[in-house]
Amino acid sequence: MDILRLNTAGSVDDGKSTLIGRLLFDTQSIPQDKLEAIAASSQRKGLDFVDLSLLTDGLIAEREQGITIDVAHVYFSTPTRKYIIADSPGHVEYTRNMVTGASTAQVSIILIDSRHGVVEQTYRHFFISTLLRIPKVLVCVNKMDLVNFSQDVFSNIVSDFYAFAEKIKFEGQIIDFIPVCSLHGDNIAKGSDRMPWYEGKTLLQELETTNLKENNDELPARMPVQYVVRPRTDEFHDYRGYAGKISSGIFKVGDTVTALPSEQTSVIKKIQKFESSLDEAHSKESVTLLLTDDIDISRGNMLVKKGQEPIAAKYIVAHVCWMAHEPLSIGKVYWLQHGNQLVKAKIDAIQHVIVPDTLEHQSATQLKLNDIAVLSLKLAHPIFADTFATNRSNGGFICVDPGTNNTVGVGFIEELYESVPVQEFAI
Amino acid sequence: MSVLSKRKFPRQLEDEAIYIIREVAAQFDRPALLFSGGKDSITLVRLAQKAFYPARIPFPLLHIDTGHNFPETIEFRDQLAKELHLNMEVRYVQDSINQGKVKEETGKYASRNALQTVTLLDAIEELKLDACIGGARRDEEKARAKERIFSVRDEFGQWDAKRQRPELFDILNGKINVGENVRVFPISNWTELDVWNYIREEGIGIPSVYYAHEREIIERDGMIWPYSEYLHTTPDEIVQRRVVRFRTVGDMTCTAAVESYANNIDGIIEEILSAVISERGARIDDKRSEAAMEKRKQEGYF
Repeated sequence: MDILRLNTAGSVDDGKSTLIGRLLFDTQSIPQDKLEAIAASSQRKGLDFVDLSLLTDGLIAEREQGITIDVAHVYFSTPTRKYIIADSPGHVEYTRNMVTGASTAQVSIILIDSRHGVVEQTYRHFFISTLLRIPKVLVCVNKMDLVNFSQDVFSNIVSDFYAFAEKIKFEGQIIDFIPVCSLHGDNIAKGSDRMPWYEGKTLLQELETTNLKENNDELPARMPVQYVVRPRTDEFHDYRGYAGKISSGIFKVGDTVTALPSEQTSVIKKIQKFESSLDEAHSKESVTLLLTDDIDISRGNMLVKKGQEPIAAKYIVAHVCWMAHEPLSIGKVYWLQHGNQLVKAKIDAIQHVIVPDTLEHQSATQLKLNDIAVLSLKLAHPIFADTFATNRSNGGFICVDPGTNNTVGVGFIEELYESVPVQEFAI
Repeated sequence: MSVLSKRKFPRQLEDEAIYIIREVAAQFDRPALLFSGGKDSITLVRLAQKAFYPARIPFPLLHIDTGHNFPETIEFRDQLAKELHLNMEVRYVQDSINQGKVKEETGKYASRNALQTVTLLDAIEELKLDACIGGARRDEEKARAKERIFSVRDEFGQWDAKRQRPELFDILNGKINVGENVRVFPISNWTELDVWNYIREEGIGIPSVYYAHEREIIERDGMIWPYSEYLHTTPDEIVQRRVVRFRTVGDMTCTAAVESYANNIDGIIEEILSAVISERGARIDDKRSEAAMEKRKQEGYF
């Protein structure tokens, strides 16, 4: 049984909550009592239909204002797959929520209101989906009933979207378009006889047939060490296991591994998963590795396969999305957390801020909430990262404000250097 | 629907939960696992056992005993603690009542469910806990759907939905200020069915009240209430014997039973798949208002 993680994004009133409600409803994922509760609520509000959006609009403030404030997680299953939806709100000021919701997504669903077509928000949603290197984007053109199920309207939206998307989509990124009507369920889980001109898959068919292989196993093997297991009992007197979740690649018994930063090498003696021993372990698995030699390894270190070592980077260039009200400024020092490694990082330069709607570059001395920019950062200690484009699970980091301890930014690594490059970056 | 009953547990969820539990042990000085005796916290114990094997679980368990628990739950708790050599700390709501910190509710709907928040916050302070691992899941309830995996609470244990830290990738930021603590939810992404499938595949033991058994009950508001000395009944409420089981296990005064003959895990899973009532629909405490859970969370509830 595998898991598919989705992100949904749309502007206010595009009907995103209704679309999710419809997916749940048509896959029989809503228990009777919840359905009755929202039916009663809908009636109290004077609606003559069951407002499926009430399923996900959870917080008091949201119900009062009829909007979605924070990322909500919604679950449903089919016989083949478990789905986790991160439902991100569409407001401009909540860009950080979409980035949060999309950071683990394998599929991004972008909603467009057929009456309004592609709007500024749509560009932003696609830009973020691309920045986060989400391999598949499904564009749902919603409320087709309100444009008489017109194929022309749909085709125009497709070409408008493409005109923008082609400029930034990455190689291998899949974009598909589906005309839907969430309120009545057309092309969500069932097809639509009101749009015979559409011959593609329904949304659910698209999800069910999405290929999940992100080829993580083919990437260089990396395991950040989370915890050193030392039972100190008579039975396991000299036991020393390195516990962690493999971020990419495959580790096998007999593999020679390098510990970073010490660069000492050893051989994998045993791969343990609770009481069983494995011959090999794959990305995303939580395991405990035992080595033939006693070498110096502690939390925050990384085990990699010998010959596949990343560079010890003390200077990085990254896309950063700023998530705090308190602005980021040049020269300020933050905690940078990469995997489970924490290092001090100094903002060396803001190369430019990107306007997601137009892709225009602007110079800046500060980053405000929801800004996305290219920064260079100087690190107090080396990190062992890959670029985000080559290895999504080892190329991201967060920034933590040392004053408040809050998570204030997220970064996607573009370039890695062992030291400050000789040629300074010109703005 | 019954094709789903053959569904396997998605193993990725176990890897994710173990990763989270290991992060807690590594990032915090004094964590604890909040144990309720329910299936979700029993699942957490199993995950913690796996995370550190062959070492023992490197933190204590904390049970807030309301005094209104099912006796079967308490028996199960003590047996589990013995078997796994767990360090089980128990704090009692009765003590908080005796100290005058909380007042027993009165009337026919009286329950100690809300009172236990005070006992919990006191225990967190007394044991100087900086992280508490809980078994809440996002599919249970609308307010929980928005909670983070590392959920920062202030000195009063309060949850502020609008001030939540963004959580990105699988990176968990456990840095906190003095006086703050973190609630951690490793099985956030599991559904009720995932938990049951896991219990089935792993052969995990659970308290007997989850299986069909004969018990004294009363009917109230269209629900089946377990009869006990703690339940305040009115003269027209007649005690009957019925074969029932519990789908969720909280206090005897606020957990409704379902009529059932499911006496093994397969039977329970079949029943959940065909059930028309959601899990928390059997939690009388949630029915108090549409936003009952959100309000309790703001006050420091589990």
